[in-house]
Amino acid sequence: MLVLALDTSTAACAVALVELGAPPAGPLVRASRVVWDARRHGELLAPMMRDVLAAAGVRPPEVRAVVVGAGPGPFTSLRVGMVTGAAFAAALGVPAYGVCSLDGIGAATTGPVGVITDARRREVFWARYQDGTRVGEPGVGAPATVAADLRAAGVERVTGPGAGLYPDAFAGFGTPPAGGPGELTGSGEQSGSDAQGGSGAQSGSGGLSGAEPEYPAPEVLARLVAADIVAGRDPGPLTPRYLRRPDAAEPRGPKAVTASRPEPVRSATAATGTASAGAASAGTMPV
Amino acid sequence: MRTPARPLVLGIETSCDETGVGLVRGGELLADALASSVDEHARYGGVVPEIAARAHLEAMVPTIELALDRAGLHPRDVDAVAVTSGPGLAGALLVGVAAAKAYALALGVPLHGVHHLAAHVAVDTLEHGPLPRPAVALLVSGGHSSLLLVPDLAAEPVESLGATVDDAAGEAYDKVARLLGMPFPGGPPIDAAAREGSPHIPFPRAKAGDGTFDFSFSGLKTAVARWVEARRRAGEPVPVADVAASFQEAVADVLTAKAVAACRAHGVDTLVVGGGVAANSRLRALAALRCEAAGITLRIPRPGLCTDNGAMVAALGSLRVEAGVEPSPLDLPASSTLAL
Repeated sequence: MLVLALDTSTAACAVALVELGAPPAGPLVRASRVVWDARRHGELLAPMMRDVLAAAGVRPPEVRAVVVGAGPGPFTSLRVGMVTGAAFAAALGVPAYGVCSLDGIGAATTGPVGVITDARRREVFWARYQDGTRVGEPGVGAPATVAADLRAAGVERVTGPGAGLYPDAFAGFGTPPAGGPGELTGSGEQSGSDAQGGSGAQSGSGGLSGAEPEYPAPEVLARLVAADIVAGRDPGPLTPRYLRRPDAAEPRGPKAVTASRPEPVRSATAATGTASAGAASAGTMPV
Repeated sequence: MRTPARPLVLGIETSCDETGVGLVRGGELLADALASSVDEHARYGGVVPEIAARAHLEAMVPTIELALDRAGLHPRDVDAVAVTSGPGLAGALLVGVAAAKAYALALGVPLHGVHHLAAHVAVDTLEHGPLPRPAVALLVSGGHSSLLLVPDLAAEPVESLGATVDDAAGEAYDKVARLLGMPFPGGPPIDAAAREGSPHIPFPRAKAGDGTFDFSFSGLKTAVARWVEARRRAGEPVPVADVAASFQEAVADVLTAKAVAACRAHGVDTLVVGGGVAANSRLRALAALRCEAAGITLRIPRPGLCTDNGAMVAALGSLRVEAGVEPSPLDLPASSTLAL
């Protein structure tokens, strides 16, 4: 049973085609791609899906389910993955399952671990894991606060692409064991196993239980809902985990445009117009 | 990729606060579904980009399925997917563009990224048939105020003759409405109030005689504010209906005068008016009057097709597919400032 899985909740745009086999065999990664570029998920994702399918020699209608990392993650890139997964599934008439993106990293860890990703605005998204199982809901917060919360919970190790961004806050924590795909940081394309080459490398024990991934690995997300997919369980609504409200302030009353003291009328008028146009483009766009 | 003689085109529009999906086959509109987040923006006095983008994600697939249901069609019946790739709100555009790519990839059909303003012109062909070449189009909404020369919608690029140098006309409506204590969006309440008023207050017609096809509405908005503030300061009642009528007259006057002048300057005998402000009663009446006097055929789609919708994108996509225009690549970017 072929499952297309994807995640766009971090700077990594990641796609995997996973074959869910009978229990002893476990899931097999047929092809995967990851490209690190925080600002181009919208342009990268669809061609990467096309390439992953082509590398495995699979036509879209052969895909029986879609798995999507549902965040938390920066809103714009997160939405690219969510709507792409939902639309691809709807076009084919197959279910789309949402999985907490942090689980794509945390599920591959052992012991008590904090998974940290970048939330921008000097904050991180995070969740706590115990032997690969998430404890509680993911959160968003200042790195120092998150670090203190993790320490208080007895966590001494953090992983994920957000931890390295705040070395001071997470200085006292251990890092993931070496040898994983941690070398993936930076820009460039990593082709995972595909039908032609090295599928053995990642499929030995399901292709999923190697070192800790540095980004939410789509194949891990697929594994987490494999039982639901195989059993044909209803995926429920595909809901993004934004964890933040939209930035929007209700306007005060209109500003007076008539000056209360003498002023150079023309330039004042022009300046007012410019300022209000700037505010409009930053905050709201009139219909 | 198959391209039948009368391909079924799915059109997706998400450039602002409307999630629009249309289905067009051979110039015929089969379905037009719309989800709007306008009520969520009303309390902020304008469209909040993040709220719009979230609403698009929620509404995208259900709106596509609603359109297909209404037409009694299945996704596999779709022969091509068209989508507004710009201009508009970046985060909002991205949702529609990503959805369009996913449908195109899953169904194995071509993708066509189209320009929002060209789609506003193309939608008129659904109601009034093929456009004469060339035509002039006046597009007025909360985000745009443009005069376009349209040689051939499918093949040649649309040429911008002029545009607002500051606020869009619809934006001026929203700001004046707020000043007068009316709700957002400001077009409908001002139009309603104006019917009871007299347009006797001489608000300025900026750029009216400057020989260009550009517009400016920021100064008009400020002039209205100054006039109203002067009454309030003097403790006099504000004649809201007269202010609304006079403001509306100033907007409609300069828009229609320049549109007719553009037709004359380019020897064009057909004017298409579109965009949300094209639903305005005074703009429609004055355009009709002036076009008739000038011997120009006026074409305005019904109000539901003037505001943002998916049918307009499907209409333009349909013209492009049938003309054999090269499809867009799957890495098509969403461009908030897409040029014509």
